[in-house]
Amino acid sequence: MTLAEKILAAHCGAKEVSPGDLVSVKADVVLANDITAPLALREFARIGVDKVFDPKRVVFVADHFVPNKDIKSAEQVKEIREFARHHGILWYDVGEMGIEHVLLPEQGIVLPGDVVVGADSHTCTYGALGAFATGMGSTDIAVAMATGEIWMKVPPTLRFVFDGRLQPWVSGKDLILYTIGQIGVDGALYASMEFAGRAIDRLDMAGRFTIANMAIEAGAKAGLFALDDKTMEYVRPRARREFVAYQADGDARYAGVFEYDASKIEPQISFPHLPSNTKPISAVGNVAIDQSIIGSCTNGRLEDLRVAAQVLKGRKVHRYVRCIIIPGTQTVYMQALREGLIEAFIEAGAAVSTPTCGPCLGGHMGIMAAGERAISTTNRNFVGRMGHVESEVYLSNPAIAAASAVLGRIGSPDELA
Amino acid sequence: MNINGKVWKYGANVDTDVIIPARYLNVSDPRELAKHCMEDIDAAFVREVRQGDVIVATTNFGCGSSREHAPLSIKASGVSCVVAKSFARIFYRNAINIGLPILECEEAIDMTDAGDVIEVDLASGRITNITKGRDFQAKPYPEFMLKIMAAGGLVEHTRAALAAR
Ligand code: SF4
Repeated sequence: MTLAEKILAAHCGAKEVSPGDLVSVKADVVLANDITAPLALREFARIGVDKVFDPKRVVFVADHFVPNKDIKSAEQVKEIREFARHHGILWYDVGEMGIEHVLLPEQGIVLPGDVVVGADSHTCTYGALGAFATGMGSTDIAVAMATGEIWMKVPPTLRFVFDGRLQPWVSGKDLILYTIGQIGVDGALYASMEFAGRAIDRLDMAGRFTIANMAIEAGAKAGLFALDDKTMEYVRPRARREFVAYQADGDARYAGVFEYDASKIEPQISFPHLPSNTKPISAVGNVAIDQSIIGSCTNGRLEDLRVAAQVLKGRKVHRYVRCIIIPGTQTVYMQALREGLIEAFIEAGAAVSTPTCGPCLGGHMGIMAAGERAISTTNRNFVGRMGHVESEVYLSNPAIAAASAVLGRIGSPDELA
Repeated sequence: MNINGKVWKYGANVDTDVIIPARYLNVSDPRELAKHCMEDIDAAFVREVRQGDVIVATTNFGCGSSREHAPLSIKASGVSCVVAKSFARIFYRNAINIGLPILECEEAIDMTDAGDVIEVDLASGRITNITKGRDFQAKPYPEFMLKIMAAGGLVEHTRAALAAR
């Protein structure tokens, strides 16, 4: 069995599962946010139970429209805050919250070997820890909150192998953008992606989270990494409970294997309006930008901010560009402050925000007008994603986003004097 | 249930951000959401959609965000059914869970144009393009999903399962 199959089998009490099996699995963690929780609560009430299955395993994070941007979003958060207090579930509000997919691994809430279901499509991020984590809708999550169980179809597994050393300024973000460019936004539809190879072994956890995060952008149900020393080093000081380290069998069956030479991959840019519209940085041409966003559940980790600071330190953001930097969590923010990264950003002329999803989904904190263009370290560049339907989003890694902020057009740190 | 309506046709990768943009997600009332359904891809939709109309699209319909607001807004706008070559998986689950009928059928999509009138027999999966006089057969639902749909949605299905415990 593959890693995904191993985890699902263990969570449905079967010796073995195969792709296509419909199984009812036990969930270790159930997640919702300020957009999806209100709908989930409505459905939860209709189920007719008066308690969640386990308050320690249900997590709500208010991260999309907070600190609340208007009265309606304030009402939504109020509703879920009251539910969270009443049921004693894990609840992250302004002041301790961060973007859910940066926060949950950091706080040791999601662990290797877990089955995690979240009412957010980027729940797949936790696959970096070797967890089977997948996004669903609010009704599914309401049922999981009530019963601790959820039905799933066992997905086939596609294996992606990266060998070779990464070029300068190439990161996990570029590997996943490149992959999506190769297979398309439905290239892994309904499948579980598994990432392996020497380039992946050398990648830090931040890079792995970025890759797993965007598995959904290829249509995948989950994106998994095998456990290694780096995973254990990350998890050990954070884990608040026991976990099981599953490994794929040597004779696991894969529905497809894709092999890439990572040393040939340049920094990648996804042009509007699909993450699969990728070009290597050398083929971008002259694309002027109005805004540069560095943050999100894809690239809002400390490692991402360090790279951005490396590029921005001692330089100035182009006077026609708004550069907005959003640390993923309070812990990331605090550490960035201690390391002097925040100072470097502000001195460069960037705006630094408290953790929030903000502009990533066109919520607040950097909405674009018609005709404007952003380079962004986020994960989606759909029509209207960051504001007006006639605005454009280009996806990149943090080094490119920072360099572009200085250049006033999409470009690489190598172009900076 | 028999469905009969006019076709709204779209291409590949219709994402949930264009089905219902995030700027409207500070509410979750389906009727409110329906006022903005599809507006970033087709401004005429909300104005002209009629009760019973059918959305027809090519591949990967409903990709992107997990927002259940997307199928809810489609359903509340009066659309009776979505027929596509393929659906993104979260959208597929959400639609079944909330009782928005969806069908997968390659052939019907290629042979159907915007404005055609089609009939759908959900029980058998038969799709008839009345305008063109052609019949098509959709992929059958897995039995498990038929049970959810017969119960009236996932919540009802779960209630019944909990009551039987
Ligand atoms: S940062 Fe963007 S993609 Fe990530 S959870 Fe928030 S809105 Fe979704």
